[in-house]
Amino acid sequence: MELVLSLSIGILAGSGVWLLLRPRTYQVIIGLGLLSYAVNLFIFSVGRLVMGRPPITQAGAQIDPAAFADPVPQALVLTAIVIGFATTALFLVILLASRGLTGTDHVDGKEPDR
Amino acid sequence: MRLSPEALVIAPILIPLVAGALQLFLDDRGRKLKAALSILSTVALLIISIQLLRFTHADGDISEGRIAVYLLGNWPPPFAINLVLDRLSAMMLTLTATLALPVLIFSLGRWHKAGVHFHTLFLLLLMGLNGAFLTGDLFNLFVFFEVMLAASYGLVLHGSGLLRVKAGVHYIAINLVASLLFLIGVALIYGVTGTLNMADLAIRIPQISETNYMMLESGAAILSVAFLIKAGMWPLSFWLPATYAAAPAPSAAIFAIMSKVGIYVLLRLALLFFGHDPDFPEGPGAQILLYGGLATISFGTVGVLASQTLGRFAGFSVLISSGTLLTSMGLVQTEVTAGALYYLVSSTLAISALFLLIELIERGQNMATSVLAVTMEAFGYQDEETEDEEIVGVVIPRTIAVLGTCFAACAILLIGLPPLSGFIAKFVILSALFNPDAANQMTNIPTVSWWFMALLILSGLATLIAMSRSGIHAFWVPPADAVLPRVLFIEILPIAVLLCTTLVLTLQAGPVMRFMEATASSLHAPQPYIESVMHAPRTELPQPLKATE
Repeated sequence: MELVLSLSIGILAGSGVWLLLRPRTYQVIIGLGLLSYAVNLFIFSVGRLVMGRPPITQAGAQIDPAAFADPVPQALVLTAIVIGFATTALFLVILLASRGLTGTDHVDGKEPDR
Repeated sequence: MRLSPEALVIAPILIPLVAGALQLFLDDRGRKLKAALSILSTVALLIISIQLLRFTHADGDISEGRIAVYLLGNWPPPFAINLVLDRLSAMMLTLTATLALPVLIFSLGRWHKAGVHFHTLFLLLLMGLNGAFLTGDLFNLFVFFEVMLAASYGLVLHGSGLLRVKAGVHYIAINLVASLLFLIGVALIYGVTGTLNMADLAIRIPQISETNYMMLESGAAILSVAFLIKAGMWPLSFWLPATYAAAPAPSAAIFAIMSKVGIYVLLRLALLFFGHDPDFPEGPGAQILLYGGLATISFGTVGVLASQTLGRFAGFSVLISSGTLLTSMGLVQTEVTAGALYYLVSSTLAISALFLLIELIERGQNMATSVLAVTMEAFGYQDEETEDEEIVGVVIPRTIAVLGTCFAACAILLIGLPPLSGFIAKFVILSALFNPDAANQMTNIPTVSWWFMALLILSGLATLIAMSRSGIHAFWVPPADAVLPRVLFIEILPIAVLLCTTLVLTLQAGPVMRFMEATASSLHAPQPYIESVMHAPRTELPQPLKATE
């Protein structure tokens, strides 16, 4: 499980960085999306990978913390997803505005001189 | 006022949040009401932050600063999120409010009409800034950073236009990547320590085993890259001059403090997390700040000389200011930090005033007016604007003289000439560098201090050259097609207020420096901060509520 997770984080982050460095705005935003998936998975994984353990404890009872999953990274990742989604949506709008104003989808707003 | 300071701590976040959200319900035609609401809440912010500043400084008692902790949800620390107010955060809050009020008044002249939701965005930016200064939790810091950045995206693009959208695309892309780095850094630190509370982290970091320490350090390094992008350290700063020059004047003026947020966070976290380590001043972290800061000053100096427009010039001045602060932090000396804090306040006020002033000066030249015209057309405010021009656009007699005086004051501040506070700031930093009183063991002065001094003075010289050049160009030999800029009284007033604030800083330099020294020494010895957070008293629940449980 660790191997699968780390490989997928690596592949997502690698493709994300590559796309981010491309000159077209569409590639940039897809790259940002992939990178944020990688980061979200990474945050999730710092809570250690466990199976079959609930993150919620019973109130009042004496509990063994080892029998439960860490709920904090799960809460963090939720927040990160929401914020990432909102900012990516905002960015998309600006990319559309840029496309409309400049007439090109190059990130610099003009085609490079050849 | 019967509110306890602990309860007042959350006000700088709540006031702009509520006021900003309320304005979403108002139509853009109700601009007078919106403006009144914004002014009212900014005034309230200013009053509250001054109150908080006086509280933390214990009304002038130097040795004991007071720290207020606000526990959200009344959880016992270190659980859940808390807000912590100490001298540094109170100072930054006051600086933010001091900047925000003049900038807001300036924007009422014409800029708040140039697009939609200016007031909401502005207030939410203030909320993000205040939250970032107050929070005592690493992840909460991320959230406030995002609030601040999201509002700033709107403000960069306020008024639209080709230049802004082009600069905005780069700005947003870079900041989104910085946010991702922030998250990776936070996740790594949490993975190693199991906590996100800053005070708790400061306790746990010295106890971390050798094998895990490397992971913690890489987490901290990735985290600081995110802050260094905000602060604009070379080579992470190429976005900054273009963005600040393209942003509308009021936005650029308030962005002057946004780059200081990165500095604030670095200052606080570096000393809190790694200040216990005696090797820290020689360690890689401090060295990167030191040499990175020097590189930033050099880059800014070259940029200042090379910039064609005043807007870009001001952007590069931000870099010089950031570079000076980063270098001072990299030296890790209490005295230098105190000088740097004074420099931070003085340079932020000066740069902010300069951004406002530039717009007024360029209004007389064709370029800025044409950009504005595009904007107004795009938003359909064309007719309204021309009407306004006829009614309110009275030409102040001797406009040029007033503008010129303000420009000269800005120049004196940025160059660091006496008599204004820019000189005192640089003088304090340099005298702390070479003053054997602070460290009487140090007989030989390190080479890097000489470099710092040379660069600091060179950057002042470059600013002098660049500003006299553009000053002569703008005031004495204006281009043939230039017209006398139409400037409203409420646009000159904020600039004068900002510059007068630096005058107050100069006249009250003694008390202000004592405050900065106290702030710096509590930053370098963070034990009281940690103690107050970890032993923050919880509010007792009212009796009937307890009974129902």
